[in-house]
Amino acid sequence: MSDSGIGARVKRKEDERHLHGRGRFVSDILLPNLHDVAFLRSPLAHGRIRGIDIPDDLKSQVYTAADLADVTPVRAVATVPGFKASDFPPLATDKVRYAGEAIAMCVARTRAEAEDMVDLLRPDLEELPAVCDVEAAVQSGSALVHEDWGDNFFLDAVVGGDLGDLEKTAPVIVEREYKMARQVMNPMEGKAVLAHWDDTASQLVVYTSTQVPHSIRSGLSMCLGLAEEKIRVIAPDVGGGFGYKCILQPEEICVAWLALKRRHPVRWIEDRREHLTAGANTREHYYKVKAFADERGKLLGLDATVTISVGAYSVWPFTAVIEAGQAGGNLPGPYAFGKYRCRTVSVATNKPPFTPYRGVARPGVCFAMDLTIDAVAREVGREPHEVRAENLVQPEQMPFTNVTNKFYDSGDYPAGVREAVEKIDVAGIRGRQQQGEPDGRLIGVGFATYVEQTAHGRPVFGAWGIAVVPGYENASVKLTADGGLEIRVGVQSHGQGMETTLAQIANTELGIPLDRITVIHGDTGTTPFSTGTYASRGIVMAGGAVATCCRELIPRMAPIAAHFLQCKPDEVRLEGGMMKGPSGEVPLADVGRAWYLRPDQLPEEINESGLEVVMGYKPGIETGVFGYATHAVTVAVDPDLGQVEILDYVIVEDCGTLINPMVVEGQTYGGAAQGIGTALYEEMPYSPQGQPLASTLADYILPGPTEVPKIRIFHTETPSPYTTHGQKGVGEGGAIAPHAAIGNAINDALKPLGAEVGETPMTPHRILDAIQAAKAKAAAE
Amino acid sequence: MKAAKFDYEAPASLDEALSRLAENGGKPVSGGQSMGPMLNMRLATPDLLVDLRRLDELNGYSQGDGKLVVGAAVTHAQVEDGALPDVTKGMMASVASDIAYRPVRTRGTIGGSLCHADPAADWPSALTALDATLVVAGTGGTRRIGIDDFLLGAFAIALNEGEVLIAVEIPVLSDAARWGYFKFCRKTGEFAETICGVVFDPANDIRRVVLGALGGAPKRLGELEDRLGDGIPGVNGIAAAIDALDIAFEPAQLVMHNTAVRRALRQAFGS
Ligand SMILES: Cc1cc2nc3c(=O)[nH]c(=O)nc-3n(C[C@H](O)[C@H](O)[C@H](O)COP(=O)(O)OP(=O)(O)OC[C@H]3O[C@@H](n4cnc5c(N)ncnc54)[C@H](O)[C@@H]3O)c2cc1C
Repeated sequence: MSDSGIGARVKRKEDERHLHGRGRFVSDILLPNLHDVAFLRSPLAHGRIRGIDIPDDLKSQVYTAADLADVTPVRAVATVPGFKASDFPPLATDKVRYAGEAIAMCVARTRAEAEDMVDLLRPDLEELPAVCDVEAAVQSGSALVHEDWGDNFFLDAVVGGDLGDLEKTAPVIVEREYKMARQVMNPMEGKAVLAHWDDTASQLVVYTSTQVPHSIRSGLSMCLGLAEEKIRVIAPDVGGGFGYKCILQPEEICVAWLALKRRHPVRWIEDRREHLTAGANTREHYYKVKAFADERGKLLGLDATVTISVGAYSVWPFTAVIEAGQAGGNLPGPYAFGKYRCRTVSVATNKPPFTPYRGVARPGVCFAMDLTIDAVAREVGREPHEVRAENLVQPEQMPFTNVTNKFYDSGDYPAGVREAVEKIDVAGIRGRQQQGEPDGRLIGVGFATYVEQTAHGRPVFGAWGIAVVPGYENASVKLTADGGLEIRVGVQSHGQGMETTLAQIANTELGIPLDRITVIHGDTGTTPFSTGTYASRGIVMAGGAVATCCRELIPRMAPIAAHFLQCKPDEVRLEGGMMKGPSGEVPLADVGRAWYLRPDQLPEEINESGLEVVMGYKPGIETGVFGYATHAVTVAVDPDLGQVEILDYVIVEDCGTLINPMVVEGQTYGGAAQGIGTALYEEMPYSPQGQPLASTLADYILPGPTEVPKIRIFHTETPSPYTTHGQKGVGEGGAIAPHAAIGNAINDALKPLGAEVGETPMTPHRILDAIQAAKAKAAAE
Repeated sequence: MKAAKFDYEAPASLDEALSRLAENGGKPVSGGQSMGPMLNMRLATPDLLVDLRRLDELNGYSQGDGKLVVGAAVTHAQVEDGALPDVTKGMMASVASDIAYRPVRTRGTIGGSLCHADPAADWPSALTALDATLVVAGTGGTRRIGIDDFLLGAFAIALNEGEVLIAVEIPVLSDAARWGYFKFCRKTGEFAETICGVVFDPANDIRRVVLGALGGAPKRLGELEDRLGDGIPGVNGIAAAIDALDIAFEPAQLVMHNTAVRRALRQAFGS
């Protein structure tokens, strides 16, 4: 391993600017005559718009749906049978369908003045009954989010089917219900968009805080009716995305439209209150699970219903159904069992439109599945980690096609559990539990194991038939005239460290030092096409594309080097950053200089394709390569307060070849912190009228430095046979398991009290309620 | 969101501040740690903010007559750091050190906290347990008011239009005094789910058990106060005293409040 190539713990190139406050985010960009936009947002969750009273002197600065009549509403379709699409107008037309939906935009020299204008608008709304509760929403007679549908189902689908006679024959049957709270993703930087018309280029330039600049260009083109080459989308520094920024946002359309209309630069910067109230768009899952097992706790089959409150509209391009698709397909997770049925119900509600969040459905299914594994273990009276390890796909079964037809390419899942058992010291904890704690708290240990499908492409997204399906990933590399390298990728790096890891891959391929490699990304004007950064696809897809381009560069350089080395091109090899021939070597700088600046020195017959390579790449399988991990956690629960303290946290993870272990650890810590938020803190409660009740960060609680413990990460490396360097994606994984492991640990701690929790976040109130319910039950028996 | 337009003045003297407030109906501001968010969310839209932070009359302290008089603009951090003589056997510094986090403590003030009167805030409960007396100034002069009469409810206090709080009088506790303070938050710096403050100092005639983080002003648990000194009240006594408040708590809340009282009493009187 070199000290800067694949596998090296090099510091991130991007940290230099970020740690010195020199990042450049959308709100750092100032242009002459820039104006700010503030949105009038619906105060009601559901209402008919009768009109909007706009004071006369504001009319030239206020825009409503009527002004945007030439804009095509967002219509995110999927070809899954039974799916109902919804039109999502960038500004509400006839109805408002969630509190926070944009109704009008006001433009002024400053945001404060634009907000003053918002305060003067009087929307005339007729309140309609809000559809908030998923159970009520699917009853006939419920109010309808989209009247023309006749019901509130985006989709009602079944995966798998035949459970045989398990209901009669299974020795052990365990039934549980689980719930995941509605959450808000809370990237440090919210959404932000600035647009202006560039007369020089004849282009609409849209700076936007997005994970997917190329897809946004296609989306804007579709909605604005403006040809793609007339649009340039630039994602500058982006302060976190997590899925929140992988869809076409109504505000992006509005601001882009306004820049065309007014011909001066305009911007809108989301604030935290807008983010919390209009962006509560993820993870409201409800589970009913019935597990069938033998006397040892080995699963025989699973019957489940997953209901998801997907909010008012289908988002582009991922739609209102990929969450359910991922839930039904991924619920079995790393476990091998033979019979499976899962009904997934995607319900339209008067809440912000659902957007897939880090982990996409898997944080939900991991919670349901892993809490169920532990419930089965308790039922059969065995150690949960043993039951878990026995139920996992075993290494000798690899590669393994599971009950939902997922192809697990490689790995030793039980080994991860065994290592976690040892690292968290289950034996020690069991001893401590016997003795009891001096302060009266109860301690418990919990595990969760998951697989992370990463870099899945055409077969998966194509089966849903959504508007943007990832296929070949493109990159370009260019040797500069002095022997450096420019890499251009269409993915966007917003915390993943790809400016470093992609350079490390190129360093391994070409031997060019890291400080001579520049990675350019996030700009449709300068980078090759990519659908973008999501689905943990960056390092597999863009990494693979960069490696492919580098490999193509070598034969392009060889004839030039051969000329200097007085040998045949096929006698030249690249070694240690030098082109070497049978007798002597030339640096890449000489090759570059000759090609670009002194072609007079080159012979007539030379490969004229040059030293700038654009190539497409896809991995050996397109169904995704599967990373995996086990999280293990020890908690102390105060039964008199319901307070949970995390005492120890261990992650044993395998994402194939580690391109940069520090970057993997950074991704894992960050994901785990979000998972701890999911487990213990984060929740957007809604009133029965559909009002979001946590409108500040005092009410929507995020974990902070004092809540995130020291996490001990251990790596194993099982290279994927299907990627350029054996790498697998890892971006989402950390967020998948924490709440499941913590839930299991809490339930382990509460076992002596006979209490169990199954709803996130596992707040003091919910834990105390569970204890009280167990006491009441014990008293009744 | 951005604050609506307002004017800002920082008068040089208390008299000037009072007359500005009387004339213009402005709002006082001290540390801005509650006012700032209210302005930004446009929950408060005053035309004028009168900054009290640097007024001499609201800063520093004086001691005598069995009490410490603390300026209303003294910050939580100053109390935490021991800038005041310790007359409460460490109670005030301990309470201060657990308010929010340090950046909030370096700006937020005792007076601002009492006048904001958030039920979940610390000073309203802690200073009720300490039987503090508040000094209030208006254009007509100053008056003193006991904290029990000052805190009227959630975000409601007994200040008249144009009046400001200038100081807080804290009794100098005797050597034999005992105190306990327990607060439970879901995370550091988060507002409390429950608070209990206990102060027992017969020499000063203080026998107080105060339950905070309720819907309104903190409440004294009279049944327990009467029995302080006769050993630690049992679990049933605590439950009965909370019951006597006649507040409809959710079951989990009730468990937390009981725990807070138990633990504050245990801190005050040992196990
Ligand atoms: C993130 C965060 C966490 C917090 N956590 C806690 C916590 O754990 N515990 C806790 O107790 N508090 C907490 N607070 C509140 C903090 O303690 C504030 O300092 C306090 O509530 C207000 O004090 P201030 O000086 O900032 O008042 P300001 O915000 O300036 O004013 C608050 C109100 O009081 C009025 N006012 C201020 N001074 C006077 C005066 N002298 N006379 C009359 N009226 C006056 C103002 O008009 C305003 O209505 C937190 C605040 C933040 C931002």
